[in-house]
Amino acid sequence: MTTPLSRLQYVFLTALLPALLCAISLTAAELFAAPQDTVPEGYGLGRPADPEAIARIDIDVMPDGRGLPEGKGTAREGQIIYEAACAHCHGSEGRDGPNGSLAGVPQYAVTELADDRSLKRTVGNYWPYATTLFDYLRRAMPFDKPGSLSNDELYAVTAYVLHLNGLVDELATLGAGTLPLIDMPARERFQPASEAREQP
Amino acid sequence: MSRDSRDAALETSRRRLLAVATGGAAAGLLGMSVRGAETDPTRVQGRLPSALGQRSGFEMVERTPAFGVVSLTPLESLYGTITPADLHFERHHAGIPEIDPQSHELLLHGLVERPLSWSVAALKRYPSVTRTCFIECSGNYFPTAGELSPPHLVCGLTSQSEWTGVPLATLLREAGVRSGGSWVLAEGSDAAVMSRSIPLEKCLDDALVVYAQNGEAIRPAQGYPIRLLLPGWEGNTNVKWLRRLEVTDGPSMARDETSKYTEPMRDGYIRQFSFEIEARSIITHPACPAVIEPGWQEIRGLAWSGRGRISRVEVSSDGGKRWQDARLQGPVLPKAHTRFGLPWKWDGQATELLSRATDETGYVQPTLKTILKERGPGSGPYHFNPIVGWRVLRDGELRFNPTG
Repeated sequence: MTTPLSRLQYVFLTALLPALLCAISLTAAELFAAPQDTVPEGYGLGRPADPEAIARIDIDVMPDGRGLPEGKGTAREGQIIYEAACAHCHGSEGRDGPNGSLAGVPQYAVTELADDRSLKRTVGNYWPYATTLFDYLRRAMPFDKPGSLSNDELYAVTAYVLHLNGLVDELATLGAGTLPLIDMPARERFQPASEAREQP
Repeated sequence: MSRDSRDAALETSRRRLLAVATGGAAAGLLGMSVRGAETDPTRVQGRLPSALGQRSGFEMVERTPAFGVVSLTPLESLYGTITPADLHFERHHAGIPEIDPQSHELLLHGLVERPLSWSVAALKRYPSVTRTCFIECSGNYFPTAGELSPPHLVCGLTSQSEWTGVPLATLLREAGVRSGGSWVLAEGSDAAVMSRSIPLEKCLDDALVVYAQNGEAIRPAQGYPIRLLLPGWEGNTNVKWLRRLEVTDGPSMARDETSKYTEPMRDGYIRQFSFEIEARSIITHPACPAVIEPGWQEIRGLAWSGRGRISRVEVSSDGGKRWQDARLQGPVLPKAHTRFGLPWKWDGQATELLSRATDETGYVQPTLKTILKERGPGSGPYHFNPIVGWRVLRDGELRFNPTG
């Protein structure tokens, strides 16, 4: 059996009690709060980066072409640079050089790559994006003088290496607009390990 | 004793020490064998304290530079689980840059609210984290001396250190990741300006920007003044000489995540972003080129997994017919070299020793046969972690044996 609440009891339960509990919990929160500033919103130890300073070292190229600079070049122009700066490591026409073959292997199925240790992994049969070639050349090549080629020269050498793999015409001009459009034979074969079947 | 007489006594003992020191130097100059002349160390004063320690002249422990691009950790010469910093393996793509920490900066930009730049000194002001973990190069199976390959040739591109730095999550919070940010490009300041794309999830999990290794500044070969540390992930992603982090909406498909550090598989695809180091183990003693004598000794070695803790190491001393659980030396840390041991009495007969690791995810180290069958013989050299061991010859010599 329930008894009706008096008006005073009703006011206490609906208004005063919540307010009282609220006040008590606030006090508790204050009592048990960590000392101020131990875990601040931000430490303020980094300096705001200046857009010009960012632009100076923001050199990466994305596979859709974002990050590619102005400039252009053809394979024919690239051949001259390649023979002077690259051939001593990568071989004439990208074959049989001491430091990595770039071309010369037909576009085998990957199943044969896994089965045959002697098959080399070249730009034509293994690189999934042409943009990677420009990005890597700009970062790291030529090995004995990294960072020494102009953007036009980089596009030209990129075009020549792609041409050696039968992927662009000798006279085709490569630039920021055309490089990401090159169809690389290996692209469809790449699969992130997170989506792949577990294999040893 | 009065102050004067005490001072006089101190002066006398100082002179004696000097006399011993000069005498030793003179003996050295005269070409006398100091070691031979002072065979009893209790009869002569020892060397004085010095500014920098050095190894005993009786110990000869070195890395092995190989193939022009790496230097291998002498796994068979080390104890416990920490690799001395000067014996940590080396792999770099364009040499070791010389970087002045006073002028080095770390830039964080891209899909962030506030692009920021830090000096090395500023990074050191953040609350620091210290953790012990291994770094292993993903291409770490080169037993090029065949059956005479010692452990360092088999898998000397793994080393362990205690690293100290600031969580990358702290730096990302400072800059504020914008919606759409899902990857982080990490870039080094070497002559290859080496770069890798890392999923944001890992960066917010246990990634660190580290500046110290085994209690001192990182060695130049290990990324001085700062490197990225991604516990358990293939060495190449732990970008050294870190200069730039860019939050992006996808991977940049850098050279080292496409044409290198990927595995062609037998069923027709190329496995990419295989970041985690799979469980692995190796017996480091007895191992080639050691020669053992019959009787009791401890079979000991290292096991590790990039996916968590090692839960079990089994050892076989009869070529894989029977397996016994080895003792794991605690504390067993996640993503860390773990020392295992098993007492063994050699009866002087030819036999074969093997070790097999299992990690806490249940992954069991595979045999070479399984790897080659599943992936194909041309799928190497990355993520190659076969069960390996040592054939014991009747004369006590040991021979590398990968066919377990």
